[in-house]
This record gives sequence, C-alpha cells and structure tokens, in this order.
Amino acid sequence: MNIFTILISTMFVNNYVFAQFLGICPFLGVSSKTETATGMGIAVTFVVTLSSVITYVIHHYILAKLELEYLQTIVFILVIAALVQLVEMFLKKSSPGLYNALGVYLPLITTNCVVLGVAILNIDKGYNIIETIFNALGASLGFAIALLLMAGVREKFDFADIPKPLQGFPISLITAGLMSIAFLGFSGLV
Amino acid sequence: MKLSKVFFNGLIKENTIFVQVIGMCALLAVTTSAINGLAMGIAVIAVTVGSNLVISLLRKVIPDKIRIPAFIVVIATFVTVVEMLMKAYTPDLYKALGIFIPLIVVNCMILGRAEAFASKNGVIPSIVDGLGMGLGYTLAAVTLGVIREIIGAGSIFGFQLFGAGFEPALIFIMPPGAFIILGSLMGLFNHFRKKFEKTDEKGEALDEYIYNID
Repeated sequence: MNIFTILISTMFVNNYVFAQFLGICPFLGVSSKTETATGMGIAVTFVVTLSSVITYVIHHYILAKLELEYLQTIVFILVIAALVQLVEMFLKKSSPGLYNALGVYLPLITTNCVVLGVAILNIDKGYNIIETIFNALGASLGFAIALLLMAGVREKFDFADIPKPLQGFPISLITAGLMSIAFLGFSGLV
Repeated sequence: MKLSKVFFNGLIKENTIFVQVIGMCALLAVTTSAINGLAMGIAVIAVTVGSNLVISLLRKVIPDKIRIPAFIVVIATFVTVVEMLMKAYTPDLYKALGIFIPLIVVNCMILGRAEAFASKNGVIPSIVDGLGMGLGYTLAAVTLGVIREIIGAGSIFGFQLFGAGFEPALIFIMPPGAFIILGSLMGLFNHFRKKFEKTDEKGEALDEYIYNID
C-alpha cells in the first residue's frame, strides 16, 4: 500500500481516537489544557513509533522464528512498559518542566491502548518495516490532533453554562461524539 | 455483610465506567450490539477474577519494586487464555471483538484493581471484588449495547423489534453514537447518584475499614 495513503488514512479517516476508540482514557484525562495536551501528544508519538519498530523486530525475528506467536501480547506489553520507563527517565533528566506537567499520565502511556493497539495491528495487517513506521507515525499524530482539538474546545467549557450532572466527563464525551461526526467527513478521502 | 459491601462497591458505588471513567476504549468500540457488549463483559469478568485471585495469592511473594510489571504479566497471561478459548469456541465473537480482546491487557480497570485491592487483601475478598468490578463493567457494556442496537438497528440481541417501516438511525452504531450515548448515560447516572447519596451518608466509615482488611 502507498505510504502516503497509510499516513492520511490513520491520521484522519481511521483516526484512532474518533473512529477506532483507542486511547480514550488519556484522551479524556489530559485534554483539559492545550499545554499538557501538546506534551502528551509528543510523548505518545515518540513512544508509539519507537515501540512499533521494536515490536516489529521482536515479532519477526524472535517470536516467528521460534514459533512463539501466542506470547505476542505478553512480550509486547513488557517491551512497551520498559520503553515508557526509559522515556520517563530521559524526560526527568532532560526537561523537568515537561516531566512535571505530564505528571501521572506518563507512566499511564503503558496502559494507553494506542501503543499496544498499533503494535498488534501492524503485525495483523502484515505491514513491512517502512509501512509500520508510517502507520505508527500516522496513528500517533492522529491521536495528538484529536487531543489538541479536544483541549481547545474544553478550555472554553469554563465559560459555558453546562447542566450540573453533565459537567466534566459526560459533556466531554458528547463533544467527542460531535467531533467524531466531523471526522466521518474524511471518509471519502482514501 | 462485608463481602456484599465489597461486591456492590464494584457494581455501583465505584462503577468503573460511570464513576471512575476508566477502561472505556473497548467498551465504546465493541458495544455496537448487545451481544458483543455481553461477550466483552464476560471476557473482562474472567480476566479480572482470575488476575485478582492470582495476584492476591502472590501478594506476599511479589517484591514491591517490580509489582507493576509482575501484575501485567499475570493479567496478560489470563488475557491470552481467554483469547485462545474464544478463538476455539466462539470464532464469530472472536472476529467481532477483534483487536479489543488482546487490548483487555491495557484496560486500566484491571491493573487498577490489582494495585488497589488484590495486592492488599485476602483471596476471597479479591475474587468478590473482581466479580463486582467485572459485573459493573458488564452492566455498562450491555446497557450501552442494548441502547445502541435498539436505536441504530431496531433490534435487541438480534431480534427485530419494530416492523419493516422502521428507519434505523445508523449513526448510533457508528463511532459518534457511542460517545454521545455514553455521555448521556453518564449524565443520567450522575443525576440519580447525587439524589441517592443525599439519603445515604453513613456508609463511609465502613468503606474505609473494608479497604484495610487484610
């Protein structure tokens, strides 16, 4: 498949948040300010791309060779957990500001389904290494776009008169639904 | 008494979906029909109960520093077992749920229960807690699935409800419908819970106690 097609398809048409429901927890959790949303978006992009390459290599050169494919889930999640730990240590040293801003959500990237989901989907769809990289890049950029858009909208919530039971998560979900309808408009692109 | 308290804590008071708002990815994705929601719920119950049981048994063996990776390995093992069972016995459901079965591993709710409950409590309360939490999840999944199926396809568990003249609102089976219905349901849940809690405030001290029993 064309690399460009993969990139556009995963970023907009099959956006991982709005069309495939991966990464909803951090999507709702970190999207209250544009600043933290940007940080989270960058962190996720980095982790997803790196973990996709590593899991690709592990699957094709270790698990497939030893016929241990059924261990896929266990091995992948361990690799991702270790990688997130590494990124966390790196950020703590190199940019403490960003580290503090991301706070609790950085370790939570481990349990962000985008990371594991993209790794598994790459294998399921039989992508080669180049396609894997672009699929991961598109997926995580799509996640970052969704996060930023949502943060932009949610900052305006403070000035809106929202019914009490709907405040917080419920109104965010309904907003996400409306944004998801907008993203359906991309479906003719690819 | 204590056990029932633990059970209902998971089912209603700390319902993963409506109150804690975690573990939603799979919930939103697979609830296009009631039966899919039910299947996902059962898979989650099996994993939560199994991992809570094993983690509670191993809670004195697992060193504190590497407890999270250890928990994840236990959970991933149960997920793999469930995945293989579904592949063998219910291939249609396996196909319908697709990637969201392996993704049960990263359902924050299961790791959350391992960390917050099973690693601190005995075997029996941990099983009950897993059951309560899993059932709470199933409740949300089936409710969402039923509503989406009725509005979006005019059927319930596959049975047609309305006559041929019914024009289903397809949008509710598509992704946007999931967000909008879950948001509205959560709003309703909040509304009624607030009313309910005004009349019930004496249970707090007991909850504190239950979290500390070993």
